[in-house]
Amino acid sequence: MLTQILIAGFGGQGVLFAGKFLAYKGLFENKEVSWLPSYGPEMRGGTANCSVILSDDPVGSPIVSAPDVLIAMNLPSLDKYEDACVPGAKLFIDETLIARKIARTDVDAYYIPATKMAKDAGIPTLANMIMVGKMIRETGTVSFEGMEDALKKVVSAKHADLLEVNLKAIRAGYDYEG
Amino acid sequence: MAEKVLMKGNEAIAEAAIKAGCRHYFGYPITPQTEIAAYMAKRMPKIGGTFLQAESEIAAINMVYGVASAGFRVMTSSSSPGVSLKQEGISYIAGSDLPALIVNVQRGGPGLGGIQPSQSDYFQATKGGGHGDYHLIVLAPASVQEMADLTVKAFDLADKYRCPAMLLADGTMGQMMEPVVLPEVDTAPVEKPWAVTGTKNARPHNIINSLYLKPDQLEKTNFERYEKYRQIEENEVMYESFMMEDAEYCVVAFGITARISKNAVIAARKKGIKVGMIRPITLWPFPTDAIAKAAEQVKGFLSVELSMGQMIEDVRLASGCRRPVLLCNRTGGMIVSPEEVLAKIDELVAL
Repeated sequence: MLTQILIAGFGGQGVLFAGKFLAYKGLFENKEVSWLPSYGPEMRGGTANCSVILSDDPVGSPIVSAPDVLIAMNLPSLDKYEDACVPGAKLFIDETLIARKIARTDVDAYYIPATKMAKDAGIPTLANMIMVGKMIRETGTVSFEGMEDALKKVVSAKHADLLEVNLKAIRAGYDYEG
Repeated sequence: MAEKVLMKGNEAIAEAAIKAGCRHYFGYPITPQTEIAAYMAKRMPKIGGTFLQAESEIAAINMVYGVASAGFRVMTSSSSPGVSLKQEGISYIAGSDLPALIVNVQRGGPGLGGIQPSQSDYFQATKGGGHGDYHLIVLAPASVQEMADLTVKAFDLADKYRCPAMLLADGTMGQMMEPVVLPEVDTAPVEKPWAVTGTKNARPHNIINSLYLKPDQLEKTNFERYEKYRQIEENEVMYESFMMEDAEYCVVAFGITARISKNAVIAARKKGIKVGMIRPITLWPFPTDAIAKAAEQVKGFLSVELSMGQMIEDVRLASGCRRPVLLCNRTGGMIVSPEEVLAKIDELVAL
């Protein structure tokens, strides 16, 4: 199995964080993993994305140019990467921020009001992890079990209180029917 | 076995350097390698080491020159424009026969260029860079694990041959995270009887110097240095051979482009094309013999590079121009795709 994941959105939405979490989750499941961020003059409000590859075999190119899974957290990201996805890809779209539906018919789209759900749940910065929860549910790329171990690697010890809310966000996404 | 951790390539270099006994780091920030300096700034004070952000790249490399003279493991890191600034100091360090590590996490050039990944400092790294007759030992990692392992190797080779070594990476290798098992290093210090540590009136002065006003003396040191280089060429060449046993075509690529090319080689094999890859791990000394041997076996070579074509000259030389050598390249911070490499392999087959 080789899953090429692209997570894209605005800087500040936790795109890189979500990718790191998935990479660690894969590592704990004894997969080969790579994580590659876009880097550059991005800042809060600019665009950001990261490539995450989870594989049973050693990872060749770490650059995801044809995603199996796309998590789009804003409209420019969907505009940019929709056509790049492989046929049969699964697209996860934050419908609070992206008003349009996808144009392609050969991929599966999941529309999640993640930003609104996060706001309503009092965890406004965690739309990213709601998207991740839904993605895990629909792809099975990583297991839902053992989230905490991977989270502990990406949430610094100083902010241990954030573990609980991250778990809550992942579960909210996982349980979201829509 | 030690624990696998996820680390950025830049961080893996820094931690591996510390494990290798490096306690002196001098640098100046520049994307895409700043994580090395940031990591050192955090760690060095806690382990009794020195982190110093110099006023410029030139100052940093000359601080490296000083610490290397005193016999300690020392490094600096930068990215392409910053490494150009260091060239004078690097030449002095080579001319003084001192071990040191210089890391170049390459970005697009020339000039200030851009900040995206590149391999266009190949000539600068392998053919001199600064003035005068000298070489660096140049190592090209292709994974975060190698970023760590080759950092340790670079320190060892530098000490063994009293010769500066360079780790030549690129923005992708620096920024990406992969699982890495940090190397356990035997930290027994290398004896350096030549170091300037104070005579305590117990021995004659050691002199570290690159100035020889008498040409016959300068010629002699250059001849001696090149004898050392000959030994390095004989003993220290490293490369990876991938699917070469029955190969009729040979891709040559290093660092990030080797990983991308590997995808293309596997895809070409699925199409029935017998292609393999030689991945130089040491860029200097270049795996000349491996390429020469491949030239007897294959119908053609493909050099894959993030530059306008620099390593391709070494591939041509090593193969004695007996086989066609094509170039597959992107430059300026653009990255070649497996599909582009595969298309070039098809072109090579159709020749």
